[in-house]
Amino acid sequence: MRTFNSFGKTITAADRRKTFRAFAKKAMPKTLVSSLLVLTTAFSPIAGELDLVETAEAADDTIILRVCNWEEYMDLGGWEDDEVIDLESGDIFGEKALYEDFEDWYYETYGQKVKVEYSCFGTNEELYNMLTLGDTYDLVCPSEYMIMKLMSEDWLVPYSDGFFDETNENNYYVRNVSPFIEETLSTHEINGEYWNKYMAGYMWGITGILYNPNEMTREEASTWSVLNNPDFYRQVTIKDNVRDSYFAAMAALKADLLTSDEFINDENYSDNLMAEMNDVSDETIESIQDYLQDVKNNVYSFETDSGKADMITGKVLGNYQWSGDAVYAMDQAEEDGLYLEFAVPEECTNMWFDGWVMLKNGIGQDSAKQQAAEAFVNFLSMPENAVRNMYYIGYTSVISGGMDGDVIYEYLEWNYGAEDEEDAVDYDLTYFFDPEDTTGEYILTTYEEQTKRQLYAQYPLEDVINRSAIMEYFDSDVNAKINQMWINVRCYNLRNVPFWGWIIILIAFVAMISFFVYEKKNTIKAEKADKIR
Amino acid sequence: MNRNFSRKYLGIPYFIFLLIFVVLPLLVILYYAFTNGEGQFTFSNLINFFTDPNTLGTLLYSFCLALATTVVCLLLAYPVSYILSQSNWKFKSVIVMIFVMPMWINFTLRVTALKEILTLIEGNLAFHPFLNSIIGMTYDFLPFMILPIYTTLSKLDRSLLEAAADLGAGKRQSFYRVTLPLSMPGIVSGVSMVFLPAMTNYVVLDMMYNSTYIMGSLIGSYFSAYDWHNGSMIALILLVIICLFTLVTNGDEDTGVRGGTLV
Repeated sequence: MRTFNSFGKTITAADRRKTFRAFAKKAMPKTLVSSLLVLTTAFSPIAGELDLVETAEAADDTIILRVCNWEEYMDLGGWEDDEVIDLESGDIFGEKALYEDFEDWYYETYGQKVKVEYSCFGTNEELYNMLTLGDTYDLVCPSEYMIMKLMSEDWLVPYSDGFFDETNENNYYVRNVSPFIEETLSTHEINGEYWNKYMAGYMWGITGILYNPNEMTREEASTWSVLNNPDFYRQVTIKDNVRDSYFAAMAALKADLLTSDEFINDENYSDNLMAEMNDVSDETIESIQDYLQDVKNNVYSFETDSGKADMITGKVLGNYQWSGDAVYAMDQAEEDGLYLEFAVPEECTNMWFDGWVMLKNGIGQDSAKQQAAEAFVNFLSMPENAVRNMYYIGYTSVISGGMDGDVIYEYLEWNYGAEDEEDAVDYDLTYFFDPEDTTGEYILTTYEEQTKRQLYAQYPLEDVINRSAIMEYFDSDVNAKINQMWINVRCYNLRNVPFWGWIIILIAFVAMISFFVYEKKNTIKAEKADKIR
Repeated sequence: MNRNFSRKYLGIPYFIFLLIFVVLPLLVILYYAFTNGEGQFTFSNLINFFTDPNTLGTLLYSFCLALATTVVCLLLAYPVSYILSQSNWKFKSVIVMIFVMPMWINFTLRVTALKEILTLIEGNLAFHPFLNSIIGMTYDFLPFMILPIYTTLSKLDRSLLEAAADLGAGKRQSFYRVTLPLSMPGIVSGVSMVFLPAMTNYVVLDMMYNSTYIMGSLIGSYFSAYDWHNGSMIALILLVIICLFTLVTNGDEDTGVRGGTLV
């Protein structure tokens, strides 16, 4: 019985056997091979027995950490050899999946075995439904509005005090998170509690318009009303997602207000903007419904994932896109010789965050597990690992380097730097890396085109950040209203059936009924005939 | 005795499967359909469905789409099946296989290819969403129509046609009075295999850039807004429609030649 427990170790024994076999094939005659095989097989149970002592002990207190993340949202390793990122501070390479590396790192650092059970979800709503239906996870990575919802419904475990201790070298998150992100998370609250108590950031970004500069000017793309622009009839796409569509429609409707000098120069601009963009009054919902109905008649499609490919194949010229996916699409299009650009509408943009939160129904009172979960967040926040993730998934990490060197900034230089080029321009990212810096250390010298392309999407300039608004979660009443609005937009309304339509329906209905009656009669007749025969 | 005993128990896995994956979910749907957020019994979901012009419009839209798909499928499938079953070609089964072969290729891949071909022909797909949806669905469901009709037609007793000819029926008359009525079971099973899935298969619509909801996507949109109750009610109503449909068509299947079903 006990040998079965040492599953991991029997594999090693089998591996040893395999190497033996491979070696034997080359060097030894057949008879010798078989005798050797017999020997190794005979010895392996003993070897298994010996290994058992340590594994049995470890097996008992191995922590199982159930992590649920977005699909394609973490480096899963397996890089090609030529994909090494050779930074000054050292090479970065993804061999194994990050969560597997975490298991090794945790054992080395804390002397404790952890097994990560990694799974994925498709949308925030899907994750929420999974949770309410009773799935338990320890650590999940939803977007900010879902985190707000989970916070307000008391699902979450706060991070421990130890997690925020900057003197601990293993606390990579607090040591390296961007000051800008930290400020955002620590100034927004829900029910009197700040976000950063429950949430450690992972990725962040904005929304904007990905466009084909050959067919659309940057000016045309720099407004949300491009989605309703008749010049691009059936040539732009919008997201098949209530929240994103709601945001775009609202910004387009309020464009005059949002771009007025009076509004922009107000000292409470940021707060006012956020209030305007979280407007869920009945009149607003109604006007957004009308607007989206127009948009529906103008756009190519409401897309969830096809927009990127349709941009690359040239089916559409403009595409409402999240910054990270825009980076991915621009990279892909480049391989086909197509140079797409990314614009952030003048009205405002939707800033979003995805972050790690710990769940009550998974962690509970288990402090060992909570430590492992926090260590997992810290491990992902190691600048090298943040770079691996950014390289792999194209989104922007919340990590800026901070106390553990400038790896992230080096990566940016490696990726976008243009020190010796003639058309190089300055690109100021001080706000993200160190707002207090005055030496200009974080002003990147980059290609002029990058100020409209990948770099601009991945690390927008400060003026974009200033006109960004976070969209809060809808409480259940509002959610029901907005979902009804969405259904009204997307469904075919019975009132739109023209008069001749009703006549056709009536005729079809009568025809069908009479056909069936006729059939039934025939059947009865045939049965009668059968009986008589 | 012993053998009989063990054979009976072979049915148990299927019974358990049925219980867990068919009966239980149905009960859950039923529960959600007739309760509200607080778990109280209510008919409001049912009333909602039949008073909201959007849900009724969606039902109509799905119905028209499914009907059009079915008619197109039938018009394409019947002549093909008829010609194939009447001919004496050596490679008949190969040709049938060619018609069925698309079913072996991944669905997403097929529709993506179709999308590209249609883009070449039409230019911009978004101009004809309804037409494209019908083309996509027809492409997807055609084998399900061909197979049962072909099977029924090839099982048809040729002596009946000879008898008809002996009794003075022309080609056309013997087709309308012998072949067509006897192939009804194949048509019915083909229609039910195309019509019902076509009412809910929103993946095709998504892929063909049709932004209008059909029944399947409507249920999905309720579920993603955490509204299990209205979503379940729509699922239940669809189920009732399907039941009615099967009841109405069932009578025909007992007459004439049996067989022709795919499953």
